[in-house]
Formats: sequence, C-alpha cells, structure tokens
Amino acid sequence: MTTTAQSAPGTAAVAAGGAPTHPDGGSRIGWAVADTFTVVRRNLIVYTRIPEFLFFSTVQPIMFVLLFRYVFGGAIHPPPGYPNYADYLMPGIFVQSVAFGSISTAVGLSEDLQKGLLERFRALPMARSAVLTGRTTADLVRNVFVVAVITAVGYAVGFRIGAGVAAFVAGIVMILLFAYAMSWGFAVIGLSAPNSETAQVMAFPILFPLVFASPAFVNVRSMPGWLQPFANHQPIGVVVNATRALTHGGPTAGPVLQALLWCGGLLVVFVPLAVRQYRRRA
Amino acid sequence: MSDAIEAQNLEKTFGGTVRALDGVSFTVEEGTVFGLLGPNGAGKTTAVRILTTIVDPDAGAARVLGHDVVAEAGRVRSLIGLAGQYAAVDENLTGRENIFMVGRLNHLARDVSARRATELLERFGLTDAGDRTLKTYSGGMRRRLDLAAALVARPPVLFLDEPTTGLDLRSRNDLWEMIESLVDGGTTVLLTTQYLEEADRLARRIAVVDHGRVIAEGTPAQLKADLGATVLDVGLPDPASAASAAEILAQVGTKPPIIDGSSIELPVDDGPQSAMQALRMLDAHALAPTTFVLREPSLDDVFLALTGKRTDVEDEPDAPPPDSGRGRGRGRARSAAPTGGAR
Repeated sequence: MTTTAQSAPGTAAVAAGGAPTHPDGGSRIGWAVADTFTVVRRNLIVYTRIPEFLFFSTVQPIMFVLLFRYVFGGAIHPPPGYPNYADYLMPGIFVQSVAFGSISTAVGLSEDLQKGLLERFRALPMARSAVLTGRTTADLVRNVFVVAVITAVGYAVGFRIGAGVAAFVAGIVMILLFAYAMSWGFAVIGLSAPNSETAQVMAFPILFPLVFASPAFVNVRSMPGWLQPFANHQPIGVVVNATRALTHGGPTAGPVLQALLWCGGLLVVFVPLAVRQYRRRA
Repeated sequence: MSDAIEAQNLEKTFGGTVRALDGVSFTVEEGTVFGLLGPNGAGKTTAVRILTTIVDPDAGAARVLGHDVVAEAGRVRSLIGLAGQYAAVDENLTGRENIFMVGRLNHLARDVSARRATELLERFGLTDAGDRTLKTYSGGMRRRLDLAAALVARPPVLFLDEPTTGLDLRSRNDLWEMIESLVDGGTTVLLTTQYLEEADRLARRIAVVDHGRVIAEGTPAQLKADLGATVLDVGLPDPASAASAAEILAQVGTKPPIIDGSSIELPVDDGPQSAMQALRMLDAHALAPTTFVLREPSLDDVFLALTGKRTDVEDEPDAPPPDSGRGRGRGRARSAAPTGGAR
C-alpha cells in the first residue's frame, strides 16, 4: 500500500487507514510468522466454535483407554517389567491419539480448499506458507490439549510416571513433535483428496496398520515373526517404544534417536510435498 | 498510467483440453467500472483468477496498476481486493473476525484492522450481525460481508466475480448501490456478470465474452443499440398460430421475430406503444395470446444479436464448487426458455 501515488483519487483514504506496512524490503520471515499466527488464531477460534469437535476428539482416545484397560487388558500379556498394564498402555494411547488426531489436519485443509478459502488466501498479500504452518500449528495446540486430557485419564486408570517427571515431559514433547510431523503428512492427503469426506476415509487404511501392527497395545513378541520387524521399526512403533522408555524407564538413547530420526524424516519428506500440493491445488 | 488493468491475449487451458481463455484482451481505465459479461463457462472467472494472481496464464500478459500479475504477483496482491459469487469467507467466524483476519493478512496493524472492521460492518449494514457467526447470515449478507472484507485494506482496484448471482432482487439492489458508492470514491472495479441489467447499470464499458473470447466491446448504450430497447414475449396456444402471429408482428419489431415453439420473441423500440400496436394487430386477426410480456433485453438476447445463437449453458471448468445448500442457478435471465426449435 505504498503506492498512493498511482492510486485513484478516492484511495487517498489509504493514508487515513493508518499506515499499513508492506513486506517489501521488510523481513519476510517476520511476516510469515505474523501470518501464521493469524491463521493459527483463526483455526483455534473455529475449534472453539465447534465444541463438539474438541469434545469428541478426546472422547475417542478415552474410549481406547477404557477399552484396552478394562476389556482387552486382561487378555494382553505385557512384557516383563510391566506388572501394571496401564503403564504399558498409556504411551501407546498417547501416540495413537495424536496419530488419529492428525486426520483433522487433512479434513480442515480439505474443507478450506472446498470452500474456496485457500483460493481467496492466494489473492492476499500474505505469506504463502502461512496457510500450512498455521493449520499444522493450530493442530499442535489442539494436541497439547488432547495429551493433557489423556494424561489425566491415564492417571485415573492407574498409569504412573516411572522414570521421573523430566523424562515424562521429554516423552510428551517427542509425541507432540511426532504429531506435528504426522500433520504435515495428512496435509498432503487433505490437499490431494477431492473432498473432506474422502480425505477422512483415505486416512484410515494408512493409520490402521501403523497403529495396530505396533507395540502400542500389545507385546510385539506375541505377533508372528514376519510382522515383528515391521511393528518395531515403522514410525508409530518406534515412537511408542521411545515414549515407553521415557515414561516407564529403560535405555532411552537408542529408541529416542530412532524416533527423532523418523520425525525428522517425515518432515523432510512431507513439508515439501504439502507445499507442492498446496501450490498445485489452491 | 490511466489504465488500471491491462489484459493482453490471455490464454489458459485447463486439464490439457478445456480452453477457458482463448486470447482475451481488454483494458480498464482507472476509476471506472468495467463489466465482463458472459454466460457460465465463458471464461470470466478464469480472467479474474489470472488478474488476481491466483493462476498464471499459459500465454499473454496482464498488469494491474502497471505491475505484472506473474512477475510482481506480491505487489499486485497488495493493490487488489477480490469478492464474489463464492463468498469465500469462514462461516465459523463472526463477520467482525472475518474482516479482521483479512485485514491482518493484508498486513494492517491490529488496531487498524479492528477499526476497519467496525467501519465496514456499519457501512454494509452488518453492525447488528457483526458478532454472529456467518452460519447465521443470509446469502445477501454473506456477499456484503465478502465485499466488506475485500475492502479492508482500501484496495485501489477491486474485482467482483458475479457479485449478485443467485441473490434475490432486493439484495441485488442493495449490493448495486454499495458498488456504485465505491466507484464514486474512485475505485477501479472489474465486474463479471451474467446479467445485462447489472452490467448496464454499473459498468461504463462492457466486454461480452463467449468461449474464452471477447466477442463485443463497448459502452452499454452501444451494445444495446444492436438490440432494441425492449423485448416483447408473446405466447400463443399452438405453433401454427405462433407462426402466423410472427408474420403479422414482424412490422412492429426492430428485428425479425424469433419463433420458439408456440412463443415469439420480438425486439421492439418503444415498449408500450409497440405492445399496444401488437395487441391491436393480434386482435384484428383473431389471435389471442396466452402470455404477453414486455421485458428488458437479457444476456441471451445480446448473444442472439451478436452470434445468432443462444448462450450455451455449461459450468465454468475452473470455478470452485459452490457451497452445498446455496443455489447457483443462472438467475432469471432466460433459464426457463425452451431451447432448440426453429432457430
């Protein structure tokens, strides 16, 4: 808006409208951060406007806690070192919750695309990246809320921190990092799907094998031999193992390093893919 | 620098086959309203998407206030506002939050964005609804809010893509008045529309587009001069009597009547006088019309005059899908007209 000189007479109002700054020459990164913040704020407002969404995005993990703790738990034999199944279960629940929760990144972006909102954003002088960083960051904030609720529920069903609060907090941070990486993966799906309903059903065939063929709920040794390497080395399996080491105790360096490598790898692959898909679709 | 918008030979093909624009050129003088008039699928929305930097043209060039829409897209975005048919607003946010958000994304300061939101809500008669979510808004209110949001950064150039399509008459009139007041303020407006009446009322110059090409350009008066000021629609009981009525009424019209089944369409100069004359002549021949309507010429009539055929109705290939629950009929123009027949 520094172009008053070329503007039509009536737009002398530009001067009266305060001094809107222009990104030219200014710090692009500063604008990208400010725009991301604006988009985050918008997404969080939308979440609060649909309390049912927030409510049910915690109900589903709570049901998993209750289901596995009280229905299947008795039939599951955790490895030695876990006399209490809740201690074994909860790291799996954390990871499962954020994994399923990342579907909402896909659904949210797909809806914005459908409604023409992303197209409208393209005609604004905002940072291109802010739509994606704003969405994934808002979902990260939502995940903080979900993880807090799940921790409380876990405590109620007998989960206890076994390796110190600092290690537990480190575990939660790692889960949130994983959730953030997953959000970028699902951003790609959301921007590729023809509509939000399809984005949602596309997510399940990807998530189900990863969540259930993993150490999230059961001891991997109870699985057939051919499945065990997959269960232990696919991203959700690796993150579950690392979280368990941090919340319950045991050697941490190896599992955590593997988990961080997976998170980094997912981000390296999916951030550019999501950006590319955004440029193509929006 | 008197042209605010220049489009030169814009071409755009979607999916390798759908030719949305086939060499479109026009210029819009600063401070005026320019109308792109055409049916669905003519390429109007594609032209707007190129000029607003949303998509790049395959060939040709366009400038907004002298800035190239591809090479200087960022600059262009800070000079334009976009509103339209698919009111792309967030229905989970309130009116105020929507305007505030667009203000912030235009890099206005927080307090400026908030003040502009209040001003614009008032100006568009949305003060009472400002703190309600858009889910509670009517179609007309959404369009007004969309327009308000497009104006938040006081853009010198405004693009309105079918701003009134699908609105009822009263909402349309409200919106027209608001657009007129903008132009009084000096804003350059590019308007796309399917309604001749809308282009006639708002635009200083009109380009008629069809199949990605400009098929006519001029002032509304020049375009309408090709038509006759008014159209007389006469319905008769059967095609045979329609044929004989057409023969009788030919001398009343400025152009030969068009017979469509058992109805006749006749461009006339002096509406009421011609109507009386037509009724007298029909009566003298004992032909009793079943319907008799005097109306303004529509886009369809312009097309008929320019191309000798009616508009092909098809969906614009690149348009975003409409929100479910909101109709996108092509409006009142001639959608009910029977097609085919004796052309």
